[in-house]
Amino acid sequence: MATLELSLDENASALPARRGRRLGLLFWFAIGWMTLIFAVAIFANVLPLPSPTDMDMLERRASFSMEHWLGTDGLGRDELARLIYGARISLVVGLCAPIIGLTIGGALGMLAGYFRGRFESLVVGSMDVLLAFPPLILALAVTAYLGQSIFNLTCILGVLGIPAFMRVARASTLTLARREFVIAAQALGATHTRILLRELLPNVLLPLLAFFLLGVAVTIVVEGALSFLGLGVPPPISSWGSMIGEGRESLEVAPRLAFLPAIAMFLTVLSFNLVGDTLRALTDPRQGAL
Amino acid sequence: MSEAPLLSVENVAVELPTPRGNLRAVDRVNLTVGAGRTLGIVGESGCGKTMLSRAILQLLPKKAKLSGRVMFDGQDLLLLSPEKLRKLRGRSLAVVFQDPMTSLNPVLTIGTQLIETLQEHLELDQATATKRSVELLAAVGIPAPEQRLTQYPHQLSGGMRQRVAIAIALSCEPKLLIADEPTTALDVTIQAQILDLLAREQRRRHMAMILITHDLGVVAGRTDEVAVMYAGRVVERAPTPALFKKMRMPYTEALLAALPRIDAAPHTPLPAISGRPPDPTRPLKGCSFSPRCRYAVARCHSEKPDLAQAETPEHQYACFHPIESHVVVGV
Repeated sequence: MATLELSLDENASALPARRGRRLGLLFWFAIGWMTLIFAVAIFANVLPLPSPTDMDMLERRASFSMEHWLGTDGLGRDELARLIYGARISLVVGLCAPIIGLTIGGALGMLAGYFRGRFESLVVGSMDVLLAFPPLILALAVTAYLGQSIFNLTCILGVLGIPAFMRVARASTLTLARREFVIAAQALGATHTRILLRELLPNVLLPLLAFFLLGVAVTIVVEGALSFLGLGVPPPISSWGSMIGEGRESLEVAPRLAFLPAIAMFLTVLSFNLVGDTLRALTDPRQGAL
Repeated sequence: MSEAPLLSVENVAVELPTPRGNLRAVDRVNLTVGAGRTLGIVGESGCGKTMLSRAILQLLPKKAKLSGRVMFDGQDLLLLSPEKLRKLRGRSLAVVFQDPMTSLNPVLTIGTQLIETLQEHLELDQATATKRSVELLAAVGIPAPEQRLTQYPHQLSGGMRQRVAIAIALSCEPKLLIADEPTTALDVTIQAQILDLLAREQRRRHMAMILITHDLGVVAGRTDEVAVMYAGRVVERAPTPALFKKMRMPYTEALLAALPRIDAAPHTPLPAISGRPPDPTRPLKGCSFSPRCRYAVARCHSEKPDLAQAETPEHQYACFHPIESHVVVGV
């Protein structure tokens, strides 16, 4: 009887349950674009690029040339260099802010979902307050008091992301904490810490990471909006949002100055969304054999 | 039965607050299990079997109210500190759950789950723990145990998963194993294998076991004593041979009659127990089984029978009109 079971088992595991699903061309395009953006942003210093802040008043709004591949902006600064250095800011803020949200929100959500009771009411209540507070006003207030810097911007966007991550973490913890394997772990004498870290965290991490990628996309857009409004990074530094904002002034003369950073942002956000969606579909417990 | 039993459950009651009032899931239950012995707890769904096992393990839902005394190995579990209780669980008290689909963590490999339990309780190093895990998996009849360590629960069949769950439960040599419907989620051919495995490991480790099931056929050959539960109460309790030789409680009889018989003629209708168990939030004044009992008289509806003694002190039943005739059973 045992040998029969063994042979059946091996047949079952030989069939790839997940690899069979095609990821699609679009997914690989998105991965390709993300790799490109990350590569140029990381190696911006070593790339043979003109300085993104050097002005050339004689060559203002110059069009595409061998010297300036994507032309220059209203102050004669190289557009390609500014786009690439802008990608750095957008990516740093776009990645760091959701990491803050993921860590704090994820931890709070898991604790609230696992321990329930008063702690949960407190966490959910304070998150509701944070959600109800207009985010733009908060951003305005904080930058007015603490000044404009990349660090402050990241912190604000990170804090604003906490409630969403908390909700995702709490929702999945609530359903998982009732599953028998948690009771089984308790029956085996596991501590709360162990159950949270070893039993629940690996399960909660899948939906959290998929949500994280969507969070990156949203943060890049929000950072763009804040920079467009002049609340983002302080001037000589470029970010995609501030470039769109500056390009707005010369929309009739040189529309590319606003459109180029907009396209870069659009493609990047789309890529993060596509990858996030695909990963979420892949880790969807209804499809996997969890 | 002169020495103190390994586990004694005294007057244990569990109440769960619900929006419709307090639900009495377990009602003043008294049970004992001696070292190395097997107790079967039988009853239909919702009769409080699982709640009783959770009460013994002190793993009730937070809102549940527990009263009574649970003595295990000379200690009152209800008075133990959470830390001491935690150390006791797993090492002295272990449990196997009904559904191996959900009782194993879906995102951790079999090896991780087994090795970490061993490391946690026995403070073994990685290599020793891995070696022990392979031995344990081999002991519960899993072929190619080294390969299984790197597999995830969904890659194993239901029977295999239950064997893994048993291996984890046995890993720290517990004194008492609670098997909560260990075979209900499995198909019939695997059921017998799993039950035989449990019996074999029990004998080998001289471990006491509580076998919870809804199937009288399961407890028949594999337990020393049987407690039949109905609506949160123990309604009949006897050594297994005595119970099957002469059952006194009409509910036990009805439960046994509802089992399909191999020697019955084809197309014999199964005598099902009509009606449903009483609403646990509205306890009846009389015997809980009286609305469904075919022997019930007026007194059964107005007064609750206590567990009374039959011919031998070990055989107890809660009924005013116990069955007198001998029932011949073919189980």
